[in-house]
Amino acid sequence: MSQPERGETPVLIFLKHLSSIYYLFLETLRWTILKPLQGKPLRVHSVFLQMDEVGVKSLPIVCLVSFFIGIILVLQTAYQLEKFGAVNYAASLSSVALTRELGPLLTAIVVAGRVSAAFTAELGTMMVTEEILALEVMAIHPIAYLVVPRLLAMVVMLPCLTIVADLVGMVGGYVVGTTAVGIRSSLYIETALEAMLLKDVLTGLVKSVVFALIIAMVGCYMAFVVKGGAEGVGRSTMVSVVTSLILIILADCFFTTLFYLFL
Amino acid sequence: MNGVETRQAQDVIIRVEDLVKTFGGRVVLDGINLDIHQGQVTAIMGGSGCGKSTLLRHLIGVLRPDSGHIWVRGRDMTRFTEEEMETYRKRFGMLFQGGALLNSLTVKDNIALPLREHTRLEEKIIGMIVKMKLELVGLRDFEHLKPAQLSGGMQKRVALARALALDPEIVFYDEPTSGLDPVVSGVIDQLIGDLSRRLGITSVVVTHDTRSAFRIAHKIVVLFKGKVVAQGSPEEIRCSEDPLVQQFLAGSPDGPIPLRQSSRDYLEDLLDME
Repeated sequence: MSQPERGETPVLIFLKHLSSIYYLFLETLRWTILKPLQGKPLRVHSVFLQMDEVGVKSLPIVCLVSFFIGIILVLQTAYQLEKFGAVNYAASLSSVALTRELGPLLTAIVVAGRVSAAFTAELGTMMVTEEILALEVMAIHPIAYLVVPRLLAMVVMLPCLTIVADLVGMVGGYVVGTTAVGIRSSLYIETALEAMLLKDVLTGLVKSVVFALIIAMVGCYMAFVVKGGAEGVGRSTMVSVVTSLILIILADCFFTTLFYLFL
Repeated sequence: MNGVETRQAQDVIIRVEDLVKTFGGRVVLDGINLDIHQGQVTAIMGGSGCGKSTLLRHLIGVLRPDSGHIWVRGRDMTRFTEEEMETYRKRFGMLFQGGALLNSLTVKDNIALPLREHTRLEEKIIGMIVKMKLELVGLRDFEHLKPAQLSGGMQKRVALARALALDPEIVFYDEPTSGLDPVVSGVIDQLIGDLSRRLGITSVVVTHDTRSAFRIAHKIVVLFKGKVVAQGSPEEIRCSEDPLVQQFLAGSPDGPIPLRQSSRDYLEDLLDME
């Protein structure tokens, strides 16, 4: 991030970054939606490359994390529900919690660590080596060439990853629920499906789209403000991951409140 | 524009007029005036921090001046719209100091990039053009390597091939010979000379390598502290009486260009340890 100049308070610096990231977002939207209509086609090939990079390659770690979260959820809820003799409800509780909240949130957190850092480090290095300037001078808009494919890939892949995480998490819960906790298999499935509504899954997916925007925009923005060589890239990468995580939690809190009150 | 100026404009491809740029209160360019003539090699020389890189960034349209104009064939570049700037940028090529090749792409894809972005040529034709451009810089066998696998000199030659991909009218060079051994420097100098002689390409070379500048340039512009202190043919510059120019050419450590950059008095600075 830029060094504070004289007379600039932290609040002012924060607002400056906020307005710049907003501008970057608008420019990216312009190149994603408006420009393709004016005859500047999207780089579909790059989008697929990025989808592989951020989506397919995140799959193992997302599966791993959500499988164990599913197990933990069932065990923890069963522990409390036992006291009321309602251990069967561990199935419904864990499924709803996964689809509404933990699936989207944990997927976003895992992906933020991987992808925000990767975006900032890669584009930040390109910034330092003048590659981005070279693109601009070749009349290739850096936002169109670099940011748009990354944003699109994230917006498509994060909800997909979230669906996978929901499913794998429920499988994890089912495995431990039917063995260690001792709920009957058919009863577990029935209770889980009965409790879940389409609404739960959809609100989770809406959140994950927002998280995708946050991860992509913060990751790219932090690269464009890199100053001062390799050290600057390292610092920006760190700030990028931390900022994405904080913004994801804040956005999650906001949307959960919204859905709780109005849906 | 009046008639006289239009007549000149046929020869002058870029005219810089009273260009001023300040960064945070520090004047970096202080009223630059210069002409770049078609088909010639113009070398912009000066020590580190004299503003020559900033001037170059104005010429390629990535910085906008505080005041002053840059006329490109009689049209004011400082007022270009986004589309006009794009058209202008497609007509020139630029060789960056570090090459600035995209590290994730092969040599071939790097050179093909501007062709794929800005033309609708078939992949076969693009492959042929890439081979031709690489032959021009003598690196035809390397098209499937990544930039990181090449030496610094080879990277620069590939970057030059990329700059030439769209057959530009003007090529800008940022320190083309810095960090290269004398032989590779000679090769690059010869390439720049050939492009101007054989293809009529206008070249603007920003450099502090005096030997190379005198070898290739038709016109030399010397900058000091954001001002043009001398411009003319290499002969005129060599015979210049200006002590600044003479110090720069001779490379003497002290003279009108001060060795020390501090503004405060030395004794005062030493005693003032608070």
